[in-house]
Amino acid sequence: MAKTIEEINEKIRSGNVVVFTAEEVIDLVRKKGPRQASQEIDVVTTGTFSPMCSSGAFINLKQDKQKMKLGGGWVTLNGVQAYAGLAAADIYLGATALPDGDPRNNNGRRGRFRYGGAHVIEDLVQGKQVLLKAEGYGTDCYPKKWREQMIGFDEMNEAVLFNPRNCYQNYNVAVNLSDKPIYTYMGKLNPRLGNANYCSAGQLSPLLNDPMYRTIGIGTRLFLSGTEGYVAWHGTQHNPNVPRLENLTPRAGAGTLALVGNLKEMDPKWLRAVSFTGYGVSLSVAVGLPIPILDEEMMRFVSVSDADLKAPVIDYSQFYPTGEGKPKLGEVTYAELKSGAIQIDGKDVPTGCFSSYQKAREVAEHLKSLITDGRFFLSCPVSPLSGPAEEQGDLK
Amino acid sequence: MNTKKVVLSFPPGTVEDPIIYHLIMDYGLMVNILRASIDAGKQGRVVAELKGDDNQLKNGANFLESKGVEIEPLTEEIRHIEERCTSCTSCVPLCPTGALDVDRETWLVSHDADKCVVCLSCVDVCPYRAVTAHFQ
Repeated sequence: MAKTIEEINEKIRSGNVVVFTAEEVIDLVRKKGPRQASQEIDVVTTGTFSPMCSSGAFINLKQDKQKMKLGGGWVTLNGVQAYAGLAAADIYLGATALPDGDPRNNNGRRGRFRYGGAHVIEDLVQGKQVLLKAEGYGTDCYPKKWREQMIGFDEMNEAVLFNPRNCYQNYNVAVNLSDKPIYTYMGKLNPRLGNANYCSAGQLSPLLNDPMYRTIGIGTRLFLSGTEGYVAWHGTQHNPNVPRLENLTPRAGAGTLALVGNLKEMDPKWLRAVSFTGYGVSLSVAVGLPIPILDEEMMRFVSVSDADLKAPVIDYSQFYPTGEGKPKLGEVTYAELKSGAIQIDGKDVPTGCFSSYQKAREVAEHLKSLITDGRFFLSCPVSPLSGPAEEQGDLK
Repeated sequence: MNTKKVVLSFPPGTVEDPIIYHLIMDYGLMVNILRASIDAGKQGRVVAELKGDDNQLKNGANFLESKGVEIEPLTEEIRHIEERCTSCTSCVPLCPTGALDVDRETWLVSHDADKCVVCLSCVDVCPYRAVTAHFQ
């Protein structure tokens, strides 16, 4: 019999809710079948911990006695420029922003990108103060033209993490067919298929467990780096219209989520700045999405294992940057990727990942305990995410 | 026979001199180069294992110093900072000896110093800067 989210929340309230992680549930559904399992299980938790460059924070600064208009001016935090094209006291600090004077990639030398916007965000979450420098042009109502002081969360009315794109539903496996090493957002790729890098929690990944966006939509409450966050919108580049497998999971990057949450409540354990040599700065956040088991179909969706999920192998030396050459070198399952090596053109290629499966497990377990303890309730999406276009017909 | 792991710093102007060749041919040392680089200012750095008897090692060191090459012992090598590591595994395929490896049950990454040859492949690729090289 089908369940509603309200009925599941009632079970959470009464302490009778049955929660499994998306990893634990695989064997159970195999043993009991999706119909029986769907009657026994109420919620399945997913998790992911991975870098995503499309991240940043909206900050509203408390004014001094003499007020200042930052909008249209110039603002840095620890030397990293924030976007000031907003109101008098609002700024947006992007994760990939770099300080002036960072050598970047220069004269053939690969940048190290040791400090950027994501590091400022991490410093703030760790409770540190950062140096604000701001220049405005002064108005009758906002006369102050220069402000320089150490600030932390106490000096901000709001600090909100707003990531325009997170939780990519599946992603490329990156390799390098050329004769020299390349440095990409998928890490260092050694020449002649020296290594293959992927970036997904696979069977624990949120959108791979709700492939058609039946329960995850705008307004869905989730665990975001130590606090409650929400799906604000579909993420940028959300593209449900990609080829799918029999189990309806996409065979390439597809859906994405825009996420929002209170940065002031986040935990440094679950939010980390990253530096990609030769590429730039990025931010890793922890996301845990609960999936309500409304019926047998949802039970089937969340029971996918790494062996049931496939990702495309893409050459980042030619096809990805230029669009020239072979679009796809093959397709591999997450089970193969997680075994430590995949086969491409008869060659064993060692694999590495940027999405921590160990952390993804921790996130899913943590969210499970929050729900079991009655500290986290599920929400009905206010509006669904767009799914595959119907006119496309059979997506398989 | 003794083995010493060293970091050799070559001053500008010596990079076209076949110093390692002389170390092998004239001083009888076995040289296993673990890493070598030349920067834009034509200064070179070689991380190597030198193998020979005490006399050979001493004479080889004197020769290097006569060429202006600085010798530093390689002591602490690679440090894996566990509290910074997220066990993402991006370093694992790039570690040639399996010193950095992941337990595929727990998915925790660990570093085995006995297997590490200080090739420094991991240092540049860890996005969390959880592996660092220490030469002293």
